[in-house]
Amino acid sequence: MRPAPFAYERVESVEEMLEALARADGEGAAVLLAGGQSLIPRLNARLVRPRRVIDIDGIAALDHLELDQELRVGALCRHWRLEEATSLDGPWAALREAAAHVGLHPVRTRGTFGGSLAHADPAAELPLAAVTYGAEIELRSRAGQRRVAAEEFFRGPHRTALGPGEAIVGARFPSPKPDGVSAFAEVSRRVVGWPLAAVCVVLHAAEGVIQGARVGLGAVGPAPRRAIEAERLLEGSALESSAIDAAAVAAARACAPAVADGVDEDTRRDMVEALVRRTLAGLAGAVW
Amino acid sequence: MDVLRTEFTLNDMPIEVTLPVRATLADAIRSTGATGTRVGCEEGICGSCTVLLDGRPARACLMLAAQARGREIRTVEGLAAGGRLHPVQESFRRHRALQCGYCTPGFMMLAVGLLEREPNASPERVRAVLASNLCRCTGYAPIVDAVLAAQQALAGEVI
Ligand code: FES
Ligand code: FES
Repeated sequence: MRPAPFAYERVESVEEMLEALARADGEGAAVLLAGGQSLIPRLNARLVRPRRVIDIDGIAALDHLELDQELRVGALCRHWRLEEATSLDGPWAALREAAAHVGLHPVRTRGTFGGSLAHADPAAELPLAAVTYGAEIELRSRAGQRRVAAEEFFRGPHRTALGPGEAIVGARFPSPKPDGVSAFAEVSRRVVGWPLAAVCVVLHAAEGVIQGARVGLGAVGPAPRRAIEAERLLEGSALESSAIDAAAVAAARACAPAVADGVDEDTRRDMVEALVRRTLAGLAGAVW
Repeated sequence: MDVLRTEFTLNDMPIEVTLPVRATLADAIRSTGATGTRVGCEEGICGSCTVLLDGRPARACLMLAAQARGREIRTVEGLAAGGRLHPVQESFRRHRALQCGYCTPGFMMLAVGLLEREPNASPERVRAVLASNLCRCTGYAPIVDAVLAAQQALAGEVI
């Protein structure tokens, strides 16, 4: 099917985008189109019928990826760039791995970081990574700019903190400890399918003792969330198997998966437990 | 109805199309008479519309025609050269990697995009990338065989 008719407007700069958004606000139902890998299927199926489509795909200033002390990802950074960024290792490896799991190989050619955050699918990998790393999402409107912690940005399935006239311009990931390690894993029906459960872990240790742990869970609740109790159990441990077990059980208890895709709640909890155990066991060698 | 003129490169030829704004890149390509690019699901799942966008595989159904402005698109029509099939095409033929053929151009572009960028891709990597597209006929094994054999053939050509 083809989308219902809409007015089309292409913008070339952030300022033009914000102008167009502000103007469209009066007429309602305008959408920003970036890579289109989630939006175009919804347009084609007429699940959304915007009056106006503002095409931001060509705003070169938003297509960047910069790593120094912190990591800055532009809203139009394509998934393949994160996937192929070999500088993203150690503490950043989980982010790269998360990007490599988004959609399908040809979808990662076009799909954008900001698009994935704005779409806010509860099972999406990059929102999970943003929450786990404690990223701040940068929003702009004609009225100004603000930063929202990823944990507050995702409000529920396809619901975010974006206000009227606001657009995502990028995100800042604070620097993890340089000797940190990280891992990402998910369970899905096919290698290329949506995850039924996803786990993102970032750790740093000193002399074999975990100083800081972040454990994020995706696809098992209305929005990605950290498993705070599991993090607490890991900190101060030596990642010994009893600590790993306790954290895995705590993470499984912390999530609220729905029955979906014929998979019941308990099974998805078991997946979380297995994924946490697997990622932590995989990292244990690097920590000791 | 709103129409828009868009210029892009299709198989090394400059192309200009004037289409309704809601037309997809797949519509734009097919409107030029290059109908090798197939349209199946129109929601990004099947991959029969896969083309190369500046050298990387992309779904032509998940892009507005207007978004192709200034980009370089390659389709199955651009594979054969000088009356000779591309090694990937030749390999598909030899390994019987197609039956009805509907998925074939999409699979070929997916494979060409991978093998050009990653000539040394491992068999696991080849399989993982090929999992992006659907085939209802072959059961996939002949497609995987064809692409792995084409990889060998291409490596031989370079030497
Ligand atoms: S028609 Fe484009 S993916 Fe199916
Ligand atoms: S050959 Fe028929 S769908 Fe693949």
